[in-house]
Amino acid sequence: MLSKRIIACLDVRDGKVVKGVNFEGLRDAGDPAALARRYNVEGIDEVVILDVTATIESRQARAHTIAAVAAEIFLPLTVGGGIRTEEDAAAAIEAGADKVSLNTAALSNPDLITTLAKRYGSQAVIVAIDAKHVEAGLQSRLRYEVFARSGQSIANRDAVEWAREATDRGAGEILLTSIDRDGTKAGFDCAMTAAVSDAVNIPVIASGGAGTFEHFAEVFGAGHADAALAASIFHFNERSVRELKDFLAERGVPVRK
Amino acid sequence: MIALVDYGAGNLTSVRKALNAIGASTWTPAVAGELGRAHGIIVPGVGHFDSTRALTAEWRTAIRTMVDDGVPLLGICVGLQWLFEGSEEAPGAEGLCVFRGSCFNLGAPSPKPQAPSPLKVPHVGWNSLVINRSSRLMGGVNNGSQVYFTHSYAAPVIDDTAAICEYGVPFTAAVERGNVSAVQFHPEKSSETGLRILRNWAHAL
Repeated sequence: MLSKRIIACLDVRDGKVVKGVNFEGLRDAGDPAALARRYNVEGIDEVVILDVTATIESRQARAHTIAAVAAEIFLPLTVGGGIRTEEDAAAAIEAGADKVSLNTAALSNPDLITTLAKRYGSQAVIVAIDAKHVEAGLQSRLRYEVFARSGQSIANRDAVEWAREATDRGAGEILLTSIDRDGTKAGFDCAMTAAVSDAVNIPVIASGGAGTFEHFAEVFGAGHADAALAASIFHFNERSVRELKDFLAERGVPVRK
Repeated sequence: MIALVDYGAGNLTSVRKALNAIGASTWTPAVAGELGRAHGIIVPGVGHFDSTRALTAEWRTAIRTMVDDGVPLLGICVGLQWLFEGSEEAPGAEGLCVFRGSCFNLGAPSPKPQAPSPLKVPHVGWNSLVINRSSRLMGGVNNGSQVYFTHSYAAPVIDDTAAICEYGVPFTAAVERGNVSAVQFHPEKSSETGLRILRNWAHAL
């Protein structure tokens, strides 16, 4: 049976993991490669590097980080943050990324999805969607408003409709982040995740709001998620990925152990 | 030296890195004529079956000759599919026809009307292996071990199948006959289980 995936996100700035980390036994807790190695031992299914600095000047630094992480783990590795052009994507893939995650660039230039899917295959192209609940129109119809530029600018797109278009254009997976829940530890936005997951025929990775193990069980159940991504729960929590998987397995969620 | 055949179907970095990690050295032959010095050949690949058209008659002949001489061949993902007769993904693009059967779309409508909601395609993630017979490639790999898949098309289960995976329907996850082996999953992305399988294959070189 296909397992539900648990994905660790490393938010990296200038080569260091920036969300707090307090794993014991790591000589340099901010070192992405050391953290990736630790996650690998614990049984993480995938790793995402989100380079929050990502400027053109930092492309070389990013390649160095990707190569260092890729040297430690034999797991699928995704790189996101500042992938704006085909060249950015090629540089990340050549450095060792298996997939790139497009966000703002996909909104402003949707052809990039197709270009990269043709060059590397759809499995290498994740479209990341940052969205939040809004009530729109006279009927107060619920809408999931998409935001670009790390939540800074409104994209005038509905998340469900944009996910469908991204799929049609060649995306292989959707990484859906709830802006409302991100960083709150209040749980994933299961309603939004289910709405997007039910609308597309490609895997949906839920992100934003993981605070407890129960939240993962909820998003795999009511949220219809195919995978769940989290950063700080793994960084801060003394409980490991392995414990999370044991918890999920006891509740009948298929996981890799 | 292992020849890593680059026919433009995606990126070879991960496969090269995993082989280096198990102590095997690789190179990417620029022309088919270079294959003659290979101790083993890997045909990797992600993406579309149509890209295998880049493996021209010259490459096919060179690969066939090496296989006939007993050189181990390993196909990965689309590289496995290419060792069959062809694929629904690219009608008219002929495979190497080492194995019987043609690859099918995992997302095709189910013939069973009572079947549950259609599965998501591509099939992405960790799925378990049913080890249906003993083989060199899968030696020491436990039944039920999970490996990483990412594909939309799959090869049928045949007599040479060495491991089966199920996603809606059973399909060939690993196949082996003589010195020809192939896997539908990505051993280079399948952590310790994947490295074990690569070691098993490289051991025969």
